[in-house]
Amino acid sequence: MSDTHSTAEKVAAGLGRRRRKEFVFRTLGMFATGVGILFLAVFFATLIGNGASAFKQTFMKLEVELSADIIAPGGELDLVYADFDGLTRAALRDKLPDASGRSQRREMYRLLSAGAGYQVRDFLKANPHTLGTTQTFWVPAASNVDMLMKGNIDATIDETLRPLSDRQIAWIRSLDEAGDLESRFNMALFTNGDSREPELAGIKGAMMGSLFMLLVTISLSFPIGVAAAIYLEEFAPKNRWSDLIEVNINNLAAVPSIVFGLLGLAVFINWMSLPRSAPLVGGLVLTLLTLPVIIIASRAAIKAVPPSIREAALGLGASQMQVVFHHVMPLAMPGMLTGTIIGMSRALGESAPLLMIGMVAFIVDVPTSFTDPASALPVQIYLWADSPERAFAERTSAAIIVLLAFLLLMNLAAVILRRRMERKW
Amino acid sequence: MNIVVMTDNPTEKQDSTSPVVEVNSLEQSTQHRLQVALPEFTEQATDVGGETVGNVRAENPFMVAENVNVYYGDNHAIRDVSLEIGKKQVVALIGPSGCGKSTFLRCLNRMNDSIDTARVTGMITLDGEDINRKAQDPVALRARVGMVFQKPNPFPKSIYDNVAYGPRIHGLAVDRAELDSIVHTSLERAGLLKEVKDRLEDPGTSLSGGQQQRLCIARTIAVNPEVILMDEPCSALDPIATARIEDLMDELCEDYAIVIVTHSMQQAARVSRRVAYFHLGHLVEVDDTDRVFTNPRHKLTEDYITGRIG
Ligand SMILES: Nc1ncnc2c1ncn2[C@@H]1O[C@H](COP(=O)(O)OP(=O)(O)OP(=O)(O)O)[C@@H](O)[C@H]1O
Ligand SMILES: [Mg+2]
Repeated sequence: MSDTHSTAEKVAAGLGRRRRKEFVFRTLGMFATGVGILFLAVFFATLIGNGASAFKQTFMKLEVELSADIIAPGGELDLVYADFDGLTRAALRDKLPDASGRSQRREMYRLLSAGAGYQVRDFLKANPHTLGTTQTFWVPAASNVDMLMKGNIDATIDETLRPLSDRQIAWIRSLDEAGDLESRFNMALFTNGDSREPELAGIKGAMMGSLFMLLVTISLSFPIGVAAAIYLEEFAPKNRWSDLIEVNINNLAAVPSIVFGLLGLAVFINWMSLPRSAPLVGGLVLTLLTLPVIIIASRAAIKAVPPSIREAALGLGASQMQVVFHHVMPLAMPGMLTGTIIGMSRALGESAPLLMIGMVAFIVDVPTSFTDPASALPVQIYLWADSPERAFAERTSAAIIVLLAFLLLMNLAAVILRRRMERKW
Repeated sequence: MNIVVMTDNPTEKQDSTSPVVEVNSLEQSTQHRLQVALPEFTEQATDVGGETVGNVRAENPFMVAENVNVYYGDNHAIRDVSLEIGKKQVVALIGPSGCGKSTFLRCLNRMNDSIDTARVTGMITLDGEDINRKAQDPVALRARVGMVFQKPNPFPKSIYDNVAYGPRIHGLAVDRAELDSIVHTSLERAGLLKEVKDRLEDPGTSLSGGQQQRLCIARTIAVNPEVILMDEPCSALDPIATARIEDLMDELCEDYAIVIVTHSMQQAARVSRRVAYFHLGHLVEVDDTDRVFTNPRHKLTEDYITGRIG
C-alpha cells in the first residue's frame, strides 16, 4: 500500500529532528545533574575538611602526684571543693621547670584544660585508695594547644596577633618532642554537654535534646497525621468544609517555621505553663510543624491505592473500616512512612521555632528527661557557629556532619521500611 | 419527547409461552412476528425512551427494580428502568458500550454508594425488602448480593487469602479446616483449583488475567451469596475457562439468582433465561432469551443483536 510507504518515509524524515531533540534534552539533563553533584561534592569536601579534625583532640601526659596535702588538707578528701587544678598545675610545673615568676606560670597553666582537674577528680572518686600515690594521666590540652598542633595557629605571625605567646609555643614544642602530647579520638565531643571550653564541649546534650524532641514529635504526629488523613480521605463527607480544611492544611505546610515557634510560645509556655527550653515543648511545636506534611503525604498515599481494590473489598461486604485497615492502610503504609520520615527530617533540622521557646540557652547538663532544659543539634550548630574561638569552628562542622549522619540514617530507615512493605498490585 | 408507539401496556404480564417459531433467519422471524406472533403490532417499536418492550416481570421475583434512575452529576446514566430478577434464573444484560449495564448492576448491591457524584432514585427490593432503606446495612446487603467486577481486581495478598477474605470477615468458618474447605470448593467451582492448588500462598496478582478473573469469581462465591452480579466475567477468558464459568452459572442458578453483563450474544443465549437490552440508559427490551434472540420486538434490539449497532 502506498499509504504505509509514505508513512515510513514521513517517519524517516522526522527521525533526525527527534534524535537531535532527545540529544539536547539528555545533554541538558546531564549538565544539570553534574552541577548538582559538583555543588554537593564541594559542600561535603569543605564540611569534612573543616570538621574532620574535630574528631581528634590533643591530650597531654601528666604524672600527677595525688598529694593529700593539696586535696585533703583537713585529712578528709573533699571532691567538691578540693583544688584538683593545683595537682595538675604542679605536675605541669614539674614538666616545664623553666617557668619562673607568677606571670610565666599563669601563662603555662593556660596550656592545661579546665577538664584536666575534673579528670583527676573523677579518677579519685572512682579510686579513693590511690590518694597519696603518683599516677599518669592523659588530660585534654587547652584548645589553643590543640589548634597549634593541628596547624590552625600560625606561629610565624606577630605574637600579639595570635592567641599563643612565643614562650607558650616553645613549651608546646618541647612537650611534643618529649612525647607528652598525643592526638587522640575526641570522646568528649560525644559524651559531654556544651561548654565554654571548646576542648570540653560536646554535642551529647544537643543530641539527647533532639532525640527527646523527635520522640515526642513522632509519637504524636504519626498517629495524628495518619488518622487525620484516613478520616479526611475515607470518612469525611466531601463538601465545602472538607475543601476548606484541605486548603488550610496545604497552607499550613508552607507557613514559616518561626510562626509555629511563636504559636508554641503562646500556647504551650504562656498559656499551658509548660517548662521553657524543654524538649517536650520543642516536640509539640515540631509536631505542629510536621503534621501538615504527614497529612498531605498520607492522603496522597491513600489516594494512590487503586479504587479497584477498595471496590473488591466493598463488593465482598467489607465495612468501610475493614476496607481501610485490611486493604488501604497496608498499601498506603510505605507512602505514609515516607511522608513521616520526611517530616521528621525536617523537624530534626529545624532551629528557628526552637529559638522562640527558649531552646537556644547555653546548657551544660545533658538532659535526661522530656522536661529538662535542652538544646538541639541545629541550635547547637547555630550557637557554636556564633562562638569566636577557632576551635568551635571545626566543632560546628563536626556537629553538622553528625546531623547529616542522623538524616542519612533516617532516610536509610525510610528506604528499608519502604522496600519491606511495598507490595505490588 | 417520548413517543409511545405501542398501544398496549408493555409492563402487563405477557404470555411467555407464546408460539415459539422455528426460524432460519432473523429476517424471516421479523416477518413472522409481524404476521403471527404479535398481530396487534402494525410496526416494530423504534423509539428510544419509550416504555420497555417485552416483559419486565419474572415468575418468581427475588430482586425487583422499579423506576430506577441513576445520575452521575448531570449525566442521567440510567433512565427509569424497571426489571425483575427471578429466583433460580440467569438474567443477561446486553447493550452497546456505555449504555449503563454496569451502572445498573452496581445499583443492585449499592456499589454506587461509594461514588460521590452518583445518585440513585427509585425502588429496589431484595426478597421484598427495600435495599436502600435506612435500616439496611450495605455490608449485609453485599454479603447477600455478591459481585464480580469487569476488570479482575484480586487483592495484593495470597491466592488463599483472596478467597478466604470474605468468609473471614463474615465469620463463615468456625475453624481453619472449614475455611480450607471453603477455599478449595470455591476455587474448584471457579475452575481454578487445578492450576493453583500447589501455589495457594503465591500472590493473587501473580496469576494471568484470566486466572485472576476466575480467582475473583471464586472469591465472590466463597461468601455464598444469594444473588451474584457478574460484569463481563468472561471477557478475559479463553473458551475453555469460559465454558467452565458458564457451567458454574448453570450450577449456581439452581439455588441463586444471577445477573450477568455480557457482550457476547452467544454467551447470553447459552447461559441466560432472560435477556435485557439497554440502550443509552433505557431498558429497551426484556424477555425470555430465546424470544428476544429469535423475535426481537424493538428495532434497536434487532439492530444490536444482528450486529448493525454496538
Ligand atoms: N464513576 C462514574 N462517574 C461518572 N460517570 C460514569 C461513571 N461510571 C459510568 N459513568 C457513565 O455512565 C454511563 C454508563 O456507563 P456504564 O459503565 O454503566 O456503561 P456499560 O454499559 O457498562 O459499558 P461497557 O459495556 O463499556 O462496560 C457512561 O456514559 C459513563 O460515562
Ligand atoms: Mg461495563
